[in-house]
Amino acid sequence: MYHLGLLWEYLKNYMKTRLTYRADFWVEVISDLLFQATNFIFIMVIFMHTESLGGWNQNEVVFVYGFFMVPFGVFSCFVNMWNFSERYIVKGEMDRVLTRPAHNLFQILLENVDPPSLIGSFIGLVIMAISGANLGLPFEWWTIPVLLLLTLSAVAIYTGIYTALTSLSFYSDAPTGILPLMYNIQNYGRYPVTIYNRAIQVLLTWIIPFAFVGIYPAALFLQRDEMRGMAILTPVVGAVFLSIGLLCWNYGVKRYKGAGS
Amino acid sequence: MSKSLEAGGSQENGKLLLLGAYFDFIRIRFLTMLAYRVNYYSGILIYTLNIGVNYFTWKAIYGGGESLGGFTSAQMTTYVAVSWMARAFYFNNLDREISSDIRDGSIAIQFIRPYNYVLVKMMQGLGEGLFRFLMLMIPGMVVAVLLFPVELPTDPAAWIGFLVMLFFSFLISSQINVITGLSAFFVENNEGVMRMKRVIVDLFSGLIVPISLFPGWLSSVLDVLPFQAITYLPGSVFTGRVQGVGIWNVLGIQVFWFLVLLIPIVWLYYAARKRLFVQGG
Repeated sequence: MYHLGLLWEYLKNYMKTRLTYRADFWVEVISDLLFQATNFIFIMVIFMHTESLGGWNQNEVVFVYGFFMVPFGVFSCFVNMWNFSERYIVKGEMDRVLTRPAHNLFQILLENVDPPSLIGSFIGLVIMAISGANLGLPFEWWTIPVLLLLTLSAVAIYTGIYTALTSLSFYSDAPTGILPLMYNIQNYGRYPVTIYNRAIQVLLTWIIPFAFVGIYPAALFLQRDEMRGMAILTPVVGAVFLSIGLLCWNYGVKRYKGAGS
Repeated sequence: MSKSLEAGGSQENGKLLLLGAYFDFIRIRFLTMLAYRVNYYSGILIYTLNIGVNYFTWKAIYGGGESLGGFTSAQMTTYVAVSWMARAFYFNNLDREISSDIRDGSIAIQFIRPYNYVLVKMMQGLGEGLFRFLMLMIPGMVVAVLLFPVELPTDPAAWIGFLVMLFFSFLISSQINVITGLSAFFVENNEGVMRMKRVIVDLFSGLIVPISLFPGWLSSVLDVLPFQAITYLPGSVFTGRVQGVGIWNVLGIQVFWFLVLLIPIVWLYYAARKRLFVQGG
């Protein structure tokens, strides 16, 4: 309850700051949409030149993409730590966060909420609905609860991976170029992983499990039996990676001594 | 340099001194990057992964097919590898650096110093590029050649043409970054603009999809935009799709865009100096 109250206060604050810079708000929304549109163009271009991608047709790949957008939007809204190292470590704001009672990670996430990202999730749902209808996918009683569960699991995977990577800032104050590069890699989780070779498949499944935020869970709705087992594993992978991320974070905070500024 | 100082403060010497200062910006950035080189070893790995994923995606798209948009399967592999590795070189965060200078107000100090701010940023970008070329692009290319069936050009003209064009890729990409960064003067928070730029450059420069594979209307639009000069044109030379006199033509396109992009930069620079107000300070 305490945390929900905090969330509400921070959101109110967010609205106030955003209303000062109204034009930027729309630029950000449009840039998000454009980002999705370019990915969409890629899929369209691919299917101009081929009938199937590793045995998946255009509607299926578009459906997977729609699913991929849902957890990604939620994640980008609530977990937004791109400038963590610069803002909290280099400029020393971490010290301020640590003097307050709520958990430090929770505060940092709240200070950086980005609700416009949720628009991407809605578009993802629309894309799923349209391509799902094209494919004649059945809408069962379990569709919505399972979609919720898988979305939350995927968000947990993202959060785990990025929290672990961000906590590297506690050990080295050097500007690491890893985060933006990781951003590229997560996009590969929404194509049929079976087109890649063994090494990349293992990497995307078990090491940086981005296949679990796109293709595996989406396959469950597409009734792709070969990936059903993987789809069911999604919540487990989510729990494991979220725990790893939080452990890395808490350990990092314990080691943190301040930048002295 | 000290000798020229003794010779007295003639204008000639002042210019030399300034030139030396610009070179120092290249050197210092290079050395700063060198201090953090360990971070870039992971970069090699990740760029290789990018090439790998794209390679396998294209392999699946080709299936048994011979040629797509004028690319054979082998050319596509080479194109993918060289495009990503070129990006490893020309990529920089000048847009972020400039807009954070603008947002925290330190640009005011930079403007009163006796140098050209934009030129200094370009020099720092060059220092970073030099580092990326030696520490990221070259080793990355070696790894890519070992792992994937990349066909290196045999014609020396292709190599020379490619290297010259690669330099222009860097210039044009940095110019676009500078323009994006300076936009912070006009829309205080330009995070969205920067994100948009990044996506547009990656897609429309032909990094993700070679331009000849886009639908006809889109590729004819992209033909008159500067982005193709960053990835697609140098990549075409490296894969041997453009040869002989054609190399001069595509180089001409790059030079043309380099000159054209100077106009908005100069304009923004002067408009910005008039407009500058520092938020909070």
